[in-house]
Amino acid sequence: MWNGDYGFLLTNLVKKDFKVRYRNMSLGIFWSLLNPLVTMAALTFVFTKVFNNKQHAFPVFVLCGLVPFNFMTLAWSSGTSSLLENAALIKRVAVPREIVPIATVLGNCVHLLIQIGLLLVFTLAFGFGINRNWIWLPFVWAMEILFVCGLTLISSSINVYVRDTRYVVESANTILFWLVPIFYSFSDIPARFQELFWYNPVAAMVMALRNILMEGAPPAPSLLIRLCLVSMGMFGLGLLVFRRLKNGFYDYL
Amino acid sequence: MALIEFEHVSKTFAHHGGAKLLRAHLADAFRTREMKAEDFYALKDVSFQVERGDCMAIVGGNGAGKSTLLSLVSGLCLPTAGSIRVNGQVAALLELGSGFHPDLTGAENVLLNASLLGLHRRKAEACFDEIVEFSGIRDFIHEPLRTYSSGMTMRLAFSVAVHVDPDLLIIDEVLAVGDQAFQVKCFDKIAQFKREGKTLLFVSHSADLVQQFCDRTIWLKQGQIAMAGPPDEVLQAYMAHSG
Repeated sequence: MWNGDYGFLLTNLVKKDFKVRYRNMSLGIFWSLLNPLVTMAALTFVFTKVFNNKQHAFPVFVLCGLVPFNFMTLAWSSGTSSLLENAALIKRVAVPREIVPIATVLGNCVHLLIQIGLLLVFTLAFGFGINRNWIWLPFVWAMEILFVCGLTLISSSINVYVRDTRYVVESANTILFWLVPIFYSFSDIPARFQELFWYNPVAAMVMALRNILMEGAPPAPSLLIRLCLVSMGMFGLGLLVFRRLKNGFYDYL
Repeated sequence: MALIEFEHVSKTFAHHGGAKLLRAHLADAFRTREMKAEDFYALKDVSFQVERGDCMAIVGGNGAGKSTLLSLVSGLCLPTAGSIRVNGQVAALLELGSGFHPDLTGAENVLLNASLLGLHRRKAEACFDEIVEFSGIRDFIHEPLRTYSSGMTMRLAFSVAVHVDPDLLIIDEVLAVGDQAFQVKCFDKIAQFKREGKTLLFVSHSADLVQQFCDRTIWLKQGQIAMAGPPDEVLQAYMAHSG
């Protein structure tokens, strides 16, 4: 029934998210930089001074993990409650409902862009040059965003019916901090578990980033294919689940 | 083909507003059918048609199902039973400034709301000035919405909705907030809509408004149509009933 302009609506919703968030912060985008910087400093201290890790350029190494992980946790948890927060909109305006969680995830991309900037600055500062494999960066980021959109479509629609979903997502994020190779390297993982990590797009993402930025190598084709398949699969599944559940939103919100 | 067709439409709501926590869902699973609270009928077996170019008003007391009916027409929810067909573009003004954000400025809210109602970018930019002009609050358009009075918010919301140029305009009582001058402006716009052969569906407690614009009126009572027909007769019966 709604045959409006998806692009126009999406840009307006993302702009709204961004403006509302940053107008209420006196330090503005500085907050987007502060969190990863502090976490990076703490982890670098613990793993190079306390545990004596031999990893070269540990700050860059850990940022390669933190930036994709931070994006996922923030986008996923804010996206999960997005339908509840926009209940007034959903009950009063006949917009396609999918657009609400997707806009929230994309709103977090502004954050992400700033953090990617930080990551690239650190990469260059530690003497890793720009190499031609950087052309893979937009592709792998796009895949992560697609994956998080799919995940969020599922969790946000379930959250309308079962309000505890939010807490499940928060716990999952805490656990994922340990299960994504943020402060350890992929090669530290015993061989029999490595395959499993490949199917976690965020872990695959971290690995691809380290390949590209620190080793100047292209990500392995098998990794790219898996990243691509899992992300697209998750997005498709998300749309499917959302479509099944959205008819009851009005009654449950 | 009628613009709106309702055939034996019923809409029920669960008494507790739907189970919301995991423990409520679990408790529900163990309950037998007899123990479950009966659903509440917001609308029960409602049938009517609205032809293109018609102007129809819905009257009735609080909780009679008027807003539920408008939500069903706007496609916000699905009926529990019966079928609904709406053949055209709808712009609904159901609640004062739904879709508006208090921290955004008036101008930003105009664009946001226009996109929510389905206006395309080019058209929204083209009629932006017209919308602001019609609302009559150009001086405050770059102030955040939270500084607006409810009348100003309504002016802005109404201006956007009428500029979407819908086949069907749905208005739920919001017009009452505007001042005399703006109400006159709104009525002119509504009259122009009628002349252009557009369809209007609205809920109002103002008998004058209903008599002035409507061709037909439906009186809803506890989710059912108590009476439908020309505004004079229905209003008379409704007034007599509510005394």
